[in-house]
Amino acid sequence: MDALILIKIIIILIIFAITLFIAMYSTYAERKVAAVMQDRIGPNRAGPWGILQPLADGGKMFFKEDFIPALANKKLFIIAPGIAMFTALMTSAIIPWGGTITMFGYTFDLQVADVDIGILYILGVVSMGVYGIMIGGWASNNKYSLFGAVRSSAQMISYELAMGLSILAVVMTSGSLSLKDIVEAQDGGKWNVLYQPLAFLIFIVCAFAECNRAPFDLAECESELIGGYHTEYGSMKLGFFLFAEYINMFISSAVISVLFFGGYNFPFMHELGLSPNALTITGTLVFFAKIFFFIFFFMWVRWTLPRFRYDQLMHLGWKSLIPLAILNLMITGGFLLLKDLF
Amino acid sequence: MLNYIFYILGGLSVITAIMVISFRNPIYSVLSLIATFFLISGQYLLMNAQFLSIVNIIVYAGAIMVLFLFVLMLLNLNNINEPLKPIKLKTIGVISAGILLLTFLSALTSMYNNEQVLQLSDIGLVKNLGRLLFTEYVVPFEVSSILFIAAMVGSVLIGKRNKEEKEVENA
Repeated sequence: MDALILIKIIIILIIFAITLFIAMYSTYAERKVAAVMQDRIGPNRAGPWGILQPLADGGKMFFKEDFIPALANKKLFIIAPGIAMFTALMTSAIIPWGGTITMFGYTFDLQVADVDIGILYILGVVSMGVYGIMIGGWASNNKYSLFGAVRSSAQMISYELAMGLSILAVVMTSGSLSLKDIVEAQDGGKWNVLYQPLAFLIFIVCAFAECNRAPFDLAECESELIGGYHTEYGSMKLGFFLFAEYINMFISSAVISVLFFGGYNFPFMHELGLSPNALTITGTLVFFAKIFFFIFFFMWVRWTLPRFRYDQLMHLGWKSLIPLAILNLMITGGFLLLKDLF
Repeated sequence: MLNYIFYILGGLSVITAIMVISFRNPIYSVLSLIATFFLISGQYLLMNAQFLSIVNIIVYAGAIMVLFLFVLMLLNLNNINEPLKPIKLKTIGVISAGILLLTFLSALTSMYNNEQVLQLSDIGLVKNLGRLLFTEYVVPFEVSSILFIAAMVGSVLIGKRNKEEKEVENA
């Protein structure tokens, strides 16, 4: 029992390190992708091809003056970036990173906790994600920050509904709320994206909105709000907010891969004749390849599509996505009923 | 082990609940209420009621409190424009709250049974809860859903401006 707890702690530490590492290099990747899309070179000074750029950025963030505006609410101003970071890191606890591994006589899953309510946990943490932005925006005591915070919270509440409804359709086809079970149900190339294309479309749009990424980055819309909720932030506090955004992007890419693209499953995985451990490791690598593709997709969209207007955003959320998600739910229910009858 | 966690969570939730009513700044009150909800969700988890605990977080901490915070931030309340209540009203409030506390206490002491409360059961898992809701308690469940629809329709009606007002604005 104690050894299993130790293994879980090691898994938690590894996931924590990997998450931070990927978030760090996402900033580099974002600048490189932007450069390619705009026919520029991008960062290339620090190290070969600029690969030390994230370290240089981090160092710069730490050495900058830690300034707090005079009229800001000091306690909340300091705690807000921490909340943003905390909620961003919480989700990774229930994502199944791979199958089972047998090592030193112990068999364990590459997952921190396989809870019965996996998907609801994700929805819960997503709904908490708004607090960091809201508190940060309000505590700055700046009208642009407050506007950004209010916009972002309204946006998150609106898109949570469509997101939950699109996930429900996936839950209905898989018959479980546990992420592990959902991945296992997609074994053998039966990926949910083939059965639930509409739910996938709705989910990915909502994921963009929940991450405050372009084209839905109304919360930090530079042309109207200077910097939105983090206008008054500087130094590593700003760094935390930006970092939280990249962690959110990484985690939502992981959730998209788990829900719709089979997680650590890949086609013909049982025909290769690999040993169980090798199969698990290959599966994990494939899972990360899927995640990297979706991170790239997030960046691709950011540098391709222009920003929405706020009323367009609300129209899309309430008048298109939610009715579509309900329709999808009804169609799924009808199909399941027919399958039971015949 | 479980007992210790219960007392730690219980003590912390009492502290945060007192913080809710003792802060002058309503924003702090809302934030401590969110902390209270989290601690209560922890209590649900101890009783293996996973579904209830996460729904508590999604609905109360995630949705309702966000709206509260939203309104408070827009109104920008502070203790200067908070109306002072007369001492008579305060006394009446304290007495009625004390009576409520007495009622709760008497109800709790008559059914107090530590063993039963901390006993692990699977009733709180999604599967069992769903089965119960759709078989034994299907009538109360449907009735409460009608109540929710009524509340939704009501809020939409309030939120919707009537036509004449709109025409005046457009003209």
